[in-house]
Amino acid sequence: MSGARPFEFVDDVTSDLSFVAHGATLADVFSAAAAALLEATLEDPGALREIEARPLELTEPDRELLLLAFLNELVYLRDAERLLLRPRRLEVETAPGEARLRAELAGERIDRSRHRLAADVKAATAHGLHVSGERGGYRATVTLDV
Amino acid sequence: MPAPASIRCVRPGVYELAPGYRAGMRVPVRVYASEKLLRDMDDKVFEQAANVATLPGIVDASLCMPDAHWGYGFPIGGVAAMDVRSGVISPGGIGFDINCGMRLVRTDLCWPEVRPRLRALVDALADRVPAGVGCEGFVGVSTEEFPDVLLRGAAWAVEKGYGTAADLDHTESRGCFPGADPECVSERAVERGRGQIGTLGSGNHYLEIQVLRPEGVFDAGLARAFGLDREEQVVVMFHCGSRGFGHQVATDYLQSFLRAMPGRFGLPVIDRELACAPFDSPEGRAYYAAMCCAANMSFANRQVILHRIREVFSDVFGRSPEQLGIRQVYDVAHNTAKVESHGKGREARTLLVHRKGATRALPPGHPELPQAYRETGQPVIVGGSMETGSYLLAGVASGAETFFSTAHGSGRTMSRTRARKLVRGSELQEKMAARGIVVRSASWRGLAEEAGFAYKDVDEVAAATEESGLSRRVAHLVPVGNVKG
Repeated sequence: MSGARPFEFVDDVTSDLSFVAHGATLADVFSAAAAALLEATLEDPGALREIEARPLELTEPDRELLLLAFLNELVYLRDAERLLLRPRRLEVETAPGEARLRAELAGERIDRSRHRLAADVKAATAHGLHVSGERGGYRATVTLDV
Repeated sequence: MPAPASIRCVRPGVYELAPGYRAGMRVPVRVYASEKLLRDMDDKVFEQAANVATLPGIVDASLCMPDAHWGYGFPIGGVAAMDVRSGVISPGGIGFDINCGMRLVRTDLCWPEVRPRLRALVDALADRVPAGVGCEGFVGVSTEEFPDVLLRGAAWAVEKGYGTAADLDHTESRGCFPGADPECVSERAVERGRGQIGTLGSGNHYLEIQVLRPEGVFDAGLARAFGLDREEQVVVMFHCGSRGFGHQVATDYLQSFLRAMPGRFGLPVIDRELACAPFDSPEGRAYYAAMCCAANMSFANRQVILHRIREVFSDVFGRSPEQLGIRQVYDVAHNTAKVESHGKGREARTLLVHRKGATRALPPGHPELPQAYRETGQPVIVGGSMETGSYLLAGVASGAETFFSTAHGSGRTMSRTRARKLVRGSELQEKMAARGIVVRSASWRGLAEEAGFAYKDVDEVAAATEESGLSRRVAHLVPVGNVKG
């Protein structure tokens, strides 16, 4: 995942914010999607310090619903605990009828005096949600409601 | 992008796509728009409205208001009424921001009196009405008390001293949707939203000081009846919703419907954001009850913000809110589903009306209207971009065709990503200041995304609602000060 940015915001749904994330593995794509969500929320995501950690485990019927649940967990923690988090470690496993995520999230509580905050993302939506690819690279298309 | 070739003009301002447009449509798509608005509409609007036309139990037509634009699931500006026995309820037909809505407040103040204090007023409002990511509300509510907010909505806030009984008279459904059940709400939704009562949010949410110019009056009689009764009158308009609480309610049920649709509900998934449940099922009823909770939280949110506005005006002008003539014109939702009765006598139907980015607009004489508006029809608040102004409309009898629904705003024409590439927030703030509009924003980037050029022409939208028979124009209101979330 070194080199080029692993995500880009695209002109898609006019009222919302869409991005495409990519990576060599599903775990890379999920991490890239989390980075895109953080950049939508913070104008300077590089300023986020990793001083609090949270474990996370999720199980969903497929990888798209898993990505949706993962991003919405990050949105939930931002409001409920005022935590802005990024994955420090992340694993995704898929099997027929099941997709599982295990992650360690790290970040800090919102500090309005230090963080330049941007969009208050309401949710990651299922609109146009797509995870594609096999060996050789994966990509995900996601629309955030802002 | 052009509208589909098969769309036909039914009458001036009304266009229709027949059910043959795509497989599975149960009803036609009907678009209410001027020729220009139709021509400029995203092609995805027609695709999404056609998808909505396939939903079980939809009656009459899948409707698009003049400000319709590409959303997720339903188009924004989409209206769909479902039979309560055979139809479905869809979170995507309501939006994540349940009961996002508009509130308009009139004052006795006139522009010459406000102009010298405008910056102080905008600064005080920005300082005292929390906005942006991570903002915390100024009303503390315990976990034990929160269900009362969800059950009673704006009345809870008024009882706590944040407003007056007259505010409730001038709020859609008196600021409370019946049918709320806090038991249907997850703990996560409560934890996410409990601390956000009294916050504006971000995105396209705002609080604006506006002026009624003489040339902005379209119907002087109706304007007077709505409290707009003096030259250069200053009013306050704001736009916000149910904050993280409503977002989490929508997220929770959307995810659970998606899991249940193919199997237990036996419903095909055309677009995951069109996830739905039979309304007459335990899941459908539970979502409706949770959605009503979120609607009520939103009414309470706007009610306490109104209280804060009254305090700020009182402090800045050294007079009481009563002395300043601060009274609510109306509060109306534009992201809801409601069980409503439409038609009369043997034609009467009980329907679940989804309005996503669409405003209820009751006609004169409707029994649900407060006495003050029984003869005028319901005030409808249409928020435009922060550069071009907003409209006050009124409901009309011919709106029966859209289940008394009309536009909610000007509607975007450009993505946020593209708008941000075209202007910087600080540059936009300077340009607006040069035009006499004072802006305070919680986010530079968010400000750029809300530039006027990213929206449709609100004048065209308001005129189209009149041409299409959905509502009539009462007044155009011009922004002079804006607090953006």
